Amino acid sequence: MTGEPIITMDRVSKEFGDVLAVDNFSLGIRAGEFVTFLGPSGCGKSTALKMIAGILPLTAGEITISPPKGDAEHDLGFVFQEPTLKPWASVFDNVYLPLRLAGVRRSDGEPRVREALKEVGLSRFAHSYPRQLSGGMKMRVSIARALVSRPRILLMDEPFAALDEMTRSKLNNDLMQLSDDHGLTVVFVTHSVFESVYLSTRVIVMAARPGRLVADMPLNAPWPRSEDYRMSIEFTDETRRVSETLKGTLHVDEIDH
Amino acid sequence: MSTKSTTDRIRDVQEDTGAPINIGHLRRARRERILSWVMPVTLLVVAICLWEILVRYHEIPKYLIPAPSLIAETLVRDFASLMASSWFTVKLTFLSLALAIVGGVLLGALFALSRPVELSLFPFAVILQVTPVVAIAPLILIYVDSTFAALLICAWIVAFFPILTSTVVGLRSADHNLRDLFTMYRATPWQKLRYLLAPSALPYFMAALRVAGGLALIGAVVAEFVAGTAGQHTGLASRIIESSFRSEIPRMFAALFLVSLLGIVIFLLTSWASHRVLGHWHESEIRREH
Repeated sequence: MTGEPIITMDRVSKEFGDVLAVDNFSLGIRAGEFVTFLGPSGCGKSTALKMIAGILPLTAGEITISPPKGDAEHDLGFVFQEPTLKPWASVFDNVYLPLRLAGVRRSDGEPRVREALKEVGLSRFAHSYPRQLSGGMKMRVSIARALVSRPRILLMDEPFAALDEMTRSKLNNDLMQLSDDHGLTVVFVTHSVFESVYLSTRVIVMAARPGRLVADMPLNAPWPRSEDYRMSIEFTDETRRVSETLKGTLHVDEIDH
Repeated sequence: MSTKSTTDRIRDVQEDTGAPINIGHLRRARRERILSWVMPVTLLVVAICLWEILVRYHEIPKYLIPAPSLIAETLVRDFASLMASSWFTVKLTFLSLALAIVGGVLLGALFALSRPVELSLFPFAVILQVTPVVAIAPLILIYVDSTFAALLICAWIVAFFPILTSTVVGLRSADHNLRDLFTMYRATPWQKLRYLLAPSALPYFMAALRVAGGLALIGAVVAEFVAGTAGQHTGLASRIIESSFRSEIPRMFAALFLVSLLGIVIFLLTSWASHRVLGHWHESEIRREH
């Protein structure tokens, strides 16, 4: 990946009262990269993600998304740790939400909603309600909602943490395929070393108290990856390398619990 | 699709989700639904029969406890006047409930949107609520010329508070991640209210509506008792007071029966509305199959 960064974080800090959640964080993310923020609880990875999304205001520094966001179309898609669906709305209406908020008429938005549902394999469930779906299916709806506005950037905050191993593995593969198909730039938050190494082209290791960047680790294995990669020596080596870097941050902070 | 029965649709979803089809569950649910009607109605009929038998057997005088048959006879005989009074109480109750909904929701929305407004006005709403309506009613009757308007204000005071508090809590109960999502998509305040806050508040509002429905009736009856109104254009409470003065106990029971009936109708209406609004998604209205 070369060229100008699509997301630039310049000396970004965030304070919650007296707590410094993110300290002097600088990072450039280029178009098409799959970047993972990896770190222990409280290292500010979710905070950093929410600042990129514009959900949390910055205490200091600057975040630039280039070129600037348009008004009509949404540049960003966001997937939370929980599916975060509206329980009163059907799957269709949940996915339609970003378009509705952008002022797209239902009839105009319908083909895009159907396409997004097709991409996540839920075409037949457009009229179901979230309570009728399994955890994995709900997360797929959440991903379809993030993709329906055709964003360039997808932000994901530990989206698969609550899922069982099989579902998580399947969704990992589907996500890589989707981001490759759409040429997405993905910023993915996780505390799983395995997940970060499997999914990313670049791992940003963070440390806590205060939340800060400690290592920027490119992963050069061909991408998108397949299940074979999980079994490879290269995967094991990369996992060990990232894991040791992460352990180093825990040691620095003298966290022993 | 629209011609499919509920059973067919449930089966479709179960097939899609891979859950086992269990017609036994559906049958059990239907049986339970029928029983929930049959049991109380049977018990009511038995109690009325027992009442009739005991009154006749012990020859209890009608000025103490009239037999159900006599109450029914009185209902038929005084049908015109009782219906006019019922209509008055119905009007009073539903109008006060409607005003409580409008006032409670508007003020609740204002409280939810502005903390300073809530901090300034909430104590007054509490004072209004905790002061017994029978204590305020005489003052309202002095200040307001129209008796109907005075009664309406009394009933409104009683019904208004649960709607207000529930609306405030409901509007604040929206999922925080969804709020963040609306912020990220730069939703307008109206979009936020229409597509997130109002639907999130609905379960709270519907629960409050059930309480407020009953309270509006209580408020309407109590206010009329305090007002001690008399004449043709008065409600069921006036018929009860009047019958008490004249020792027309069967008429008193007939009016009381109509008040209870009105209460039941309000409860059924609000329960039905709650089911219509929340039935397809909210845990409180979804019948679980075990």
